Amino acid sequence: MKRHLISAADLSRGDALLILDTAEELASLADRPIKKLPTLRGRTVVNLFYEDSTRTRISFEAAAKRLSADVINFSAKGSSVAKGESLKDTALTLEAMGADAVVIRHGASGAAHRLAGWVRGSVLNAGDGTHEHPTQALLDAFTIRRRLKGAGARDAGLDGLRVTIVGDVLHSRVARSNVLLLSTLGAEVTLAAPPTLLPLAVGSWPCAVSYDLDSELPKSDVVMMLRVQQERMTAAYFPSVREYSRRYGLDAARMARLPGPAIVMHPGPMNRGVEIAAEVADSVRSTIVEQVANGVTTRMAVLYLLLGGMEFPATGVAQ
Amino acid sequence: MCATRIPVAGRDGLAVLDAEEIRRALTRIAHEILERTRGGDGVILLGIPTRGVPLARRLAARIGEFEGLDVPCGSLDVTMHRDDLRLHPARALGRTELPPGGVDGKTVVLVDDVLYSGRTVRAALDALNDLGRPRAVQLAVLVDRGHRELPIRADYVGKNLPTSQREVVHVLLTEVDGQDGVMIAGEGRQP
Repeated sequence: MKRHLISAADLSRGDALLILDTAEELASLADRPIKKLPTLRGRTVVNLFYEDSTRTRISFEAAAKRLSADVINFSAKGSSVAKGESLKDTALTLEAMGADAVVIRHGASGAAHRLAGWVRGSVLNAGDGTHEHPTQALLDAFTIRRRLKGAGARDAGLDGLRVTIVGDVLHSRVARSNVLLLSTLGAEVTLAAPPTLLPLAVGSWPCAVSYDLDSELPKSDVVMMLRVQQERMTAAYFPSVREYSRRYGLDAARMARLPGPAIVMHPGPMNRGVEIAAEVADSVRSTIVEQVANGVTTRMAVLYLLLGGMEFPATGVAQ
Repeated sequence: MCATRIPVAGRDGLAVLDAEEIRRALTRIAHEILERTRGGDGVILLGIPTRGVPLARRLAARIGEFEGLDVPCGSLDVTMHRDDLRLHPARALGRTELPPGGVDGKTVVLVDDVLYSGRTVRAALDALNDLGRPRAVQLAVLVDRGHRELPIRADYVGKNLPTSQREVVHVLLTEVDGQDGVMIAGEGRQP
């Protein structure tokens, strides 16, 4: 394992399997009377959130607390950031407080990478702009493996599984991290989206591209719906929400074309009625609630593997 | 304790127990557990990964043979409770599998291959504490090699093996290593 988790591309297949297998062992903790381990006692994890987030922040907080770490939550609203403090100065402040790990969510792509050069602790990218969100990809891979390879599967990749990622790929850090991680784990990934919602460089990604969702559904083991990110859309990417929904939304009729055990995923928050119909989101194929529970487990695994062992040799110390 | 490759007696060290002796030691321990727990009522065996787990299964099978008693058997990973985590890179976790019914009110016999500093057993006691409240906890080990660093002792010992701290004890079990045997290597013991 490296010292930081900035990109899903940093993870080798061995690293990714180690995280998933560790998460598998930690999953049983949820059924125990005492859902806590003493492993990170005395370590401090800072949640540094420049963008709004519910599930990711709470998930990291729960994960750190279950490992007995001290958690400091920092959100840009109501902090000195509102007074104009730069990311670097905020980072140095956290450094002075002795943060062993910084979990960062930021609107600018590359923010986590910059931060990693300024602090002594580990940096975990919890979403940077439209770049990456590696722990989301890990929890998605964990959810796919548990559903399709069985809970308790260990040392198994996702070889041969066909995953279709649908929708607003252009603005989605979740899609990018998932393409990288799922292909590392052996899955065949296809992006299904309107051409306007695909990034220019998509040709260099390790995945196939399709503009037609209906032709992909019958051969998909996993369909991952992405949120239409209206807040990041500065131009007209499709004629109307209704037209988008008709061509790329997953409704009951489309879901019926999926093969036997196929599952439907969504990283949340959902726009019910836009990219996913309510009856699909609440169906037995949907893993949306499991993804949240698995998020805590997977993030515990990552925190343990980054912080649980001996300290990494000092590099990248703030100048 | 765990070797990266399988050591060979004669080349990598001195064989101190062979397969037959391990079998006899486990048979004796199984009888002792039955005696000490008055017939094995309410006993569960928890092996500490890696090699404690197959040892616990073997003991459970022996007890089943002798008394026709089905002793529940599981595993208890202690990694997250170790006191030396900060001395190594993060370790992969072993498996914790409790028999149905858990540990509450039971007599838990912890099973491990080698008892040395006692730190693993301390971690196991902590881990157990988070899982419930057993009526009593006992410890069975195949080899006690001395050099305790904590006030911990075993209730059942396969063999007491006086060693120097510079020596290494390898326990090999068919389930993990493909063969049974206990070997001691290092300082003065090399043949």
